[in-house]
Order: sequence, then structure tokens, then C-alpha cells
Amino acid sequence: MQAKNVRGRNYRLGIYARYATLILIGLIFIFPIVFMIVSSFKPDLQLLRDTSSLRAFLPVGDISVDNYIEAFERAPIGRFIFNSVFITAVSVGLGLFLNSLAGFSFAVLEWPGKTIVLAVIIATLIIPFETIAIPLLLIVNFLPWFGLEGFTQGWLDSYQVQIIPFIADALSVFLFTQFFRDLPKEIIEAARIDGASWWQIYQRVLVPISGPVFATAAILKFLAMYNQFLWPLMVAQSEEFRPVMVGLQYFFQLNVAWGEIMAYLTIITVPVLIFYLALQRAFIESIASSGVKG
Amino acid sequence: MFDARTKATLSSAPKTSRGNRKNKEAFAGWLMAAPAIILLLTFLIVPFIFAFGLSLTNQRLISPNPTEYVGLRNYKRLLNVRFFTLKPLVDAEGNPVLDEEGQISYPRLRNFTRNNPDYPQLNGLREFKSWQVGKNRLVLLASDAVFFRALLNTIIFVIVVAPLQAGFALLLALLVNQRLRGVNVFRMIYFMPVVISMVVVSMLWRFIYDGNDGLLNSLLSAVSFGAFQPVDWLGSPQTALGSIIAMSVWQGVGFHMVIWLSGLQTIPFVLYEAASIAGANGWQKLRYVTWPGLRNTAVLILIVITMQSFSLYTQVQVMTRGGPLDSTQAIVFQAVQRGFEKQDIAGGSAISVLLFLIVLFISIMQSYLTREKR
Repeated sequence: MQAKNVRGRNYRLGIYARYATLILIGLIFIFPIVFMIVSSFKPDLQLLRDTSSLRAFLPVGDISVDNYIEAFERAPIGRFIFNSVFITAVSVGLGLFLNSLAGFSFAVLEWPGKTIVLAVIIATLIIPFETIAIPLLLIVNFLPWFGLEGFTQGWLDSYQVQIIPFIADALSVFLFTQFFRDLPKEIIEAARIDGASWWQIYQRVLVPISGPVFATAAILKFLAMYNQFLWPLMVAQSEEFRPVMVGLQYFFQLNVAWGEIMAYLTIITVPVLIFYLALQRAFIESIASSGVKG
Repeated sequence: MFDARTKATLSSAPKTSRGNRKNKEAFAGWLMAAPAIILLLTFLIVPFIFAFGLSLTNQRLISPNPTEYVGLRNYKRLLNVRFFTLKPLVDAEGNPVLDEEGQISYPRLRNFTRNNPDYPQLNGLREFKSWQVGKNRLVLLASDAVFFRALLNTIIFVIVVAPLQAGFALLLALLVNQRLRGVNVFRMIYFMPVVISMVVVSMLWRFIYDGNDGLLNSLLSAVSFGAFQPVDWLGSPQTALGSIIAMSVWQGVGFHMVIWLSGLQTIPFVLYEAASIAGANGWQKLRYVTWPGLRNTAVLILIVITMQSFSLYTQVQVMTRGGPLDSTQAIVFQAVQRGFEKQDIAGGSAISVLLFLIVLFISIMQSYLTREKR
């Protein structure tokens, strides 16, 4: 009886210790984010003073939304956010369509050369984007464009230069191909016998049952596009086309106001965090499936 | 005669229609895959091949002069290294000359590396590192000391980050894989930095690493009851790279925790039950059930982190811009500096090609290692 009690107490202590570890580690991950949000409501002087104590993580003292107002006055934040959302939405949308179409073709249809083309696409997965950024810069600088102003040469400083190169991506094609290949062949054969065209099979049969892989591809592309930094830094020189990450530079011109920077960081991060918290299962699963690609 | 013809048409009819169907399928297949293939070709494969070509020229982004083929000159400029032994200055009797502090004096290095007709192979080289060997000084000279610094830093970054991040990620995965109520909340929190842009993370951590009242200095001084002397983490060459490493691990560890987790979940529960019946304790289960089941995941994770770490760029750009004293230079940062900021497309491409060759070498190692494990 007594022995059982001791074991019970040890067990309880073990549970507490486990939770304590989990919470302690959790604080390491959460504190910088709390610091960002809390600081965005503080005037500069207090913000810098508070970093020397726990007050850095508490919304105390002179709390206001002044930083937000001033940040909006200083930089065309609305413009930056619109650019980011537009660039991300268009590349995710077109990417889902074209990459899933290609995945369907690779997984379901038979055509000569298919195996080799797919092998080459998968092989490109090991090319880091950073290694092609410089030559890509040269290429887009010479590409023609036919837009509202007529025929122009060079894509620098535009939306298309931030969208078109990223629509197709090897990882998405690979994920779609895998997913479609694992679907039961009978579904497709039945539709063929009913006289459906390939396009109809893709659109009416496969797309409706492929929610998970579309979600995975969308989330991975959303994160990659929204958080892009190197490429827009090189190609979006004028503020008209700048996305949010490059817009940050604005806050380092003239006098640096830390409160405004914190407000800006909060504005561009919190929507993503909310999106993540709402769909966290899907986010975590898509990362897991992207990692298993090797 | 009439009969034979009808027969022939009849027997060949299904054949042609089958062939037709096949052609149609091939056509549809090409049509559907074509947009993605063309885009990948134009914006991935062509620039990739271009990188090799451009690295053999003197191409600039905008230049009045025509582009010329220069062979391997860009690579030679990047990779030319030589050892050189400096002998001490000697007086008339052959004894080394000592300076006021009693140190051995050496001739100035620039006497050899600046247009010295006796040492043409050293022309234009700069000191990268030097060691004292007996009375002589052994100097490692590099034509591009900054690039070498970048190469070395990136390799250090990878070698430190890969095991550290993989290890912490496994630890976190084991923690959140426990059967505890609410454990998913912690999984969600640990993963959170992964969805935040590295730009934002780098900005935030500048506050943490600040030399005066930074959060880290305040924390360390509070924990040590004021005994800790504040460190300018990003401002001193000894700590800058380490600080970037710690932050990168913080940002990326959740990503690999998730991959470990999916590996953990492939281990059948019956194995643990069997181990329990056989009387195994927690550590033994970890050692003999969990770890063998994770081997493939381990290889995968190490490779993924290695590949990701080689593209170290954003942290450097936002936090240190390569400084202080080049202590945080990185390969990609150098490629961008030259290819974009100095508009030297050829030089930047050469660095990119070198980076790709390193990454390729590692992924060949990967397929070799995974084959062995099976």
C-alpha cells in the first residue's frame, strides 16, 4: 500500500517535471514573439529601457498605438502589403493549377519522354535558388514584355518578375505526381469508359478528391512566396512593386525608430501567425510531407 | 475481292483507332505538362546552365563592352591560394632582428606580393592567416581573402548547425511525442518560428543580441546576479557567427522536429510493448527501439539541414552584412554582393557554381550513405 503510494507520487512528480520542461522550452520560442508585439505599443525610449528587465514582455507603461500611426505615415505600408498579397496569391493560384496539371500528366497519362522529363525535374530539387539568382537576374533583364504600355524589354521593377519565375516549382510537381499516382486507377478508368476527356477527368474527378495535396502545395508556396527576400531585393527597386520584407528597409532611412519597426514587424507577421494557428494541423503536415521528399 | 477489302478495313479499324487514342493521350499529356515544363526550363534549368557559361566570361549586368570568354579566370581569382614562408630579417651576423618588444621582425609581406619580379606567382595575393613555425612565419595567401573567409564561415556554419539543429529537433520531437494531455499545444508553439520570415526573426534578434541592454545580456546578468559582463554579440568577431548560428537553430528547429515526429510515428507501437514485456527501461527503449527505427529519418534530416544551411544569406544581410571584420561573410552573401551590388554577373555566377558543386557533392554522399544503410 505504501509502496504504491510512493510510486504514485513519483509518477505525479514525473508528470510535473515533464510539463515544466515543455513550458520552459516553450517560453524560449514564444518570448521573442511576445517581445515584438508588446514593444510595438511602446514609445522608443521606454522600449529600449525595458529590454533590461522582464518589463520587455509586459504591456506596461506608456501603451499606445502611436507607433502604428507613425509607421503608416512613414512608409506606404498598404502598398507593400497589397504587393505581397497580390504576388503571393497569383503565384499560389497559378502554381496550384499548372503544377497539378503537370502532376496529373506525369502520374496518369502515357507519353513518350515522360520518364526522362520527370527525372530531370526531380533532379532540379537539389539546385538551391541562390545559385541561379544571379544568372536569372540577367535573363529577366533581357526578357520582353507586352503590357499596357505596349512592348517593353526587361522585367526589372514589375510584378511579373516576382511572379512568373516562381509559378512552376519542382517540389509541387513532385508532390502532385506522387499523390495522383497513389489514387486508385479504377476511378480514372471508369470515367474513361463513360467517355470523359482527360481534361474532364482532371477537373471533375481528380481535383475534388485531392484536397490534402492542394493544401500542402498551397501552404508551402505561400510561406516561400510571402517570406521571399533575396529576389525582390534584387528586382524590385522602386517602392511601387516592393513586397513587405523588402519594405522594411524604409525604416532604416534617416532616423531609426525602433517602435515603428516593431509595429511594422507585427503588422507583417501577425496575419501569418493567425493563419498558422487556425490551420496548424495542415501547416505541420505539409512541412512533414515536404521533408519526406528525399 | 470486295469481301477481302471489307475484311481488311474491318480488321484494321480497331488498330488505327487504338493508335489514334494513344496519340491523343500523348498529345494531351504533353499539352498538360507543357506549361510547367516550359516555365521550369526558362527560369530554372536555363539560368542554371547559364551560370556555368557566365562564370567563364566577363559579363556584367549593364556594360558598354561586349562580353568576352575568359576561361577559368574567375575561378582562379576566387580559389588561388599559396603558402609562403617569411624568413626573419637578419642583421650582418645572421642573427634575427628583434623589435623593441623582443619579437622577431619579418620583411613586409607586400614587398613580395606587390609587383615583385622575383615572385610573380604571389602578385596580388593577400594574407589570409599566418602561423609561427620555429623562427619562420608561415603565411597562407589567397587571391580573394574575403571569399575564403566566406567559404570557411559557411562551412563552419553548416558543420555546427547540422548536428545542433538535428539534435535539438530530435529532443523536441521526443518531448512532444509523449502521451500527455495538451502536448499538441507545445508542438504548435515550437513550430511557430518556422512560419515567421527570417527577415523578421533577424530583426527581432538584433534586440536580443544588443551590446548594451539587449535581452540576452539582461538575462545573463540577472541569472548571474550581475556578475556577467555585457557582450556585444553581433559586434565582436568572436561571437558574431555563433550568435547567427544560435538564432538560425531557434528559427529552424521546429521544421525538423516535425520531420523527426513523422519518423517516430512510423515505428510500430507493438515494438515498444514487446520491449516493455522484455523488461526494457525508458533509455533501453530509446536506444534499441526508437533509434534504429529513425536511421533513415536521421540521414534525411542531416542532409536537408546541410543543404539549407549552405544558402545562409538573409541573417547575414539583415544582421551584420558580413562584418565585423568579415567574421560573418557567407558564400551566398558574397555571390549577391558581386553579382548584384557590384553588377559583376560573371564573378557572382562563378561563386554560385562553386556553391552548387558543393551541394551536389553532398547529395551524392547522401545517396551513397542511404544505399549503404539499406
